[in-house]
Amino acid sequence: MSKSITAEDLNVYYGDFRAVADVNIEIAPRSVTAFIGPSGCGKTTFLRSLNRMHEEVPGARVKGDLYLDDDNIYAPGVDPVTVRSMVGMVFQRPNPFPTMSVRENVLAGHKLNGTRMSKSEADDIVEKALRGANLFNEVKDRMDRPGSGLSGGQQQRLCIARTVAVEPDVILMDEPCSALDPISTLAIEDLIADLKEDYTVVIVTHNMQQAARVSEKTAFFNIAGVGEPGKMVEYDQTSVIFNNPSNEQTERYVAGKFG
Amino acid sequence: MSQSTTNLTAGPPAQKTGSNSLTAGLMPGWTWIVVAGAALVLGAAITVVLSDQFAVVGWVVLSGLLYIVGMYLITLVLETRRRATDMLWKNLVWTAFFIALVPLISVIWTVVANGLPTLISNPGILTDDMSNVVGADDQATAAGEAPLMGGILHGLIGTLTITLMAMVFSVPVGLLASIYLVEYGTDNWFSKAIRFFVDVMTGIPSIVAGLFAFSGMTLFVSTFISDSPAALQSVKMGLTASIALSVLMIPVVVRSTEEMLRVVPNELREASYALGVRKWRTITKVVLPTAMSGIASGVTLAIARVAGETAPILVTAGYAVSVNWNVFSGWVTALPVYIYRQLINPTAPAAPDPAAARAWAAALILILIVMGLNLLARVIAHYFAPQKSGR
Repeated sequence: MSKSITAEDLNVYYGDFRAVADVNIEIAPRSVTAFIGPSGCGKTTFLRSLNRMHEEVPGARVKGDLYLDDDNIYAPGVDPVTVRSMVGMVFQRPNPFPTMSVRENVLAGHKLNGTRMSKSEADDIVEKALRGANLFNEVKDRMDRPGSGLSGGQQQRLCIARTVAVEPDVILMDEPCSALDPISTLAIEDLIADLKEDYTVVIVTHNMQQAARVSEKTAFFNIAGVGEPGKMVEYDQTSVIFNNPSNEQTERYVAGKFG
Repeated sequence: MSQSTTNLTAGPPAQKTGSNSLTAGLMPGWTWIVVAGAALVLGAAITVVLSDQFAVVGWVVLSGLLYIVGMYLITLVLETRRRATDMLWKNLVWTAFFIALVPLISVIWTVVANGLPTLISNPGILTDDMSNVVGADDQATAAGEAPLMGGILHGLIGTLTITLMAMVFSVPVGLLASIYLVEYGTDNWFSKAIRFFVDVMTGIPSIVAGLFAFSGMTLFVSTFISDSPAALQSVKMGLTASIALSVLMIPVVVRSTEEMLRVVPNELREASYALGVRKWRTITKVVLPTAMSGIASGVTLAIARVAGETAPILVTAGYAVSVNWNVFSGWVTALPVYIYRQLINPTAPAAPDPAAARAWAAALILILIVMGLNLLARVIAHYFAPQKSGR
């Protein structure tokens, strides 16, 4: 479990438009890395290229290499489904499957793939994943109720449990707390700290305090202007990015003087 | 303790007396009753004066007009111009609503009034067909010497088998076509072409669908089986009618299913992909179950739409007087065709009333079936819908 991520000259395009240009980054296993930057700077696009999810947008493609440990996920012939089973993703808005109960939502990754398992195996997976997402005690009495009946913060942790249940190597989070209240946000942030024991976590956030709280390293993305591609401006230890950035743009952004 | 705090904690506030300035200048709530009463009386008087007798339709129309004008003027005088305009448009909208209801109520009333007595006095009409019923029987019935003979059972069975068979053809085709449109051919020229022709198909006259199925089946039989007169005769069967109905049904199923699949949030598809689930499994296990309630009710409405078709069945299934369960052989009668034939070609041309009575009963049953299917669609939509909340 837990793999490193290495991008080499990665460019992401939507049709002819280059959205992200020439990203080179090395993300260590068992760490939390935050992507920060203004809206439209390409950080979510780059995140979605890490598990080939951006290909679901018609016309989107990638040029460059992206390695999980030593395997290039953009090598010809690689099945994106295999990549996604290794790199899980949590989305901005909680999106539990509305037709499934809490328990079925946790097992979704297995059930949807048609994996057969005994009830006790399934129970083990559900309990482990829900405990891993700090949700077990809150939902243990309503496993068979619809997942969409939980609160927003619980739904987001259910989505994390669903991701953890398939035991990926990397977990990507796309602004996982932007739709949540401060208490739920705190619960998710605590959870991220636990998740890094076993997984490589990459999180996109607009909340700089959150990036400072949860991450070890931070990458700052920016765009030169409308129609220009987003670029990774600076990537360093989180404390350096927030206290002593080497780039002037980064300094202005983290100080709130941007734009 | 300062003066102001004692004031704040003083007892209950003094009772408000006098008029509320916010409701000043309003007409009393019973104004409309007075105006309506006056309009009805005045309308009745004018009707009598103008036509020397009392005409109900004229009275209702005239009273309605008087009420609308009266309410406008009264509001204009008692309140403001803005409220008067509001009142005028409110009344006009209500009028449009009642006008829209007139044909619906009228049809249901006519069918119930003509069909229900026959159904009540002759419940056997539901369990009997038209075999063994000849002109002499209807003449005896018309003369009051015998009870009403015959029934609509073969029509019921015919509608049931033909519609069921049409469903078997059109649901898989329609479902898979819409899955292609939404999930695979997002915006390529092929899916645009399909969407265009489906729209065209929605508008084709049903008789064309009947002729298409009939000539297609004739071509098939004469090419692959035999072109003897007996073989060509066998083209008229329930199956041919089912094909004609599915030509009408498929576009409806495609369009309604397409809409339902389109409203499934993309987030759910992405959530499934992010778990490493393949596309076809995502479609069958996530997208379809989420859209199932809408799809099922759309299919039910499509069935209801074709269950009342007459022309395509008339040219493809012939006309039978007895129950025929076999859609693959022999002529079949469906309820709409039965109604048509009983009215146009009564069993006893000299005494058409018993045939008309059977036709009205059949019409009532047909309306009940279509209404039942519509209700079923709502029930399905309700019970299949994903549970919104479980708290």
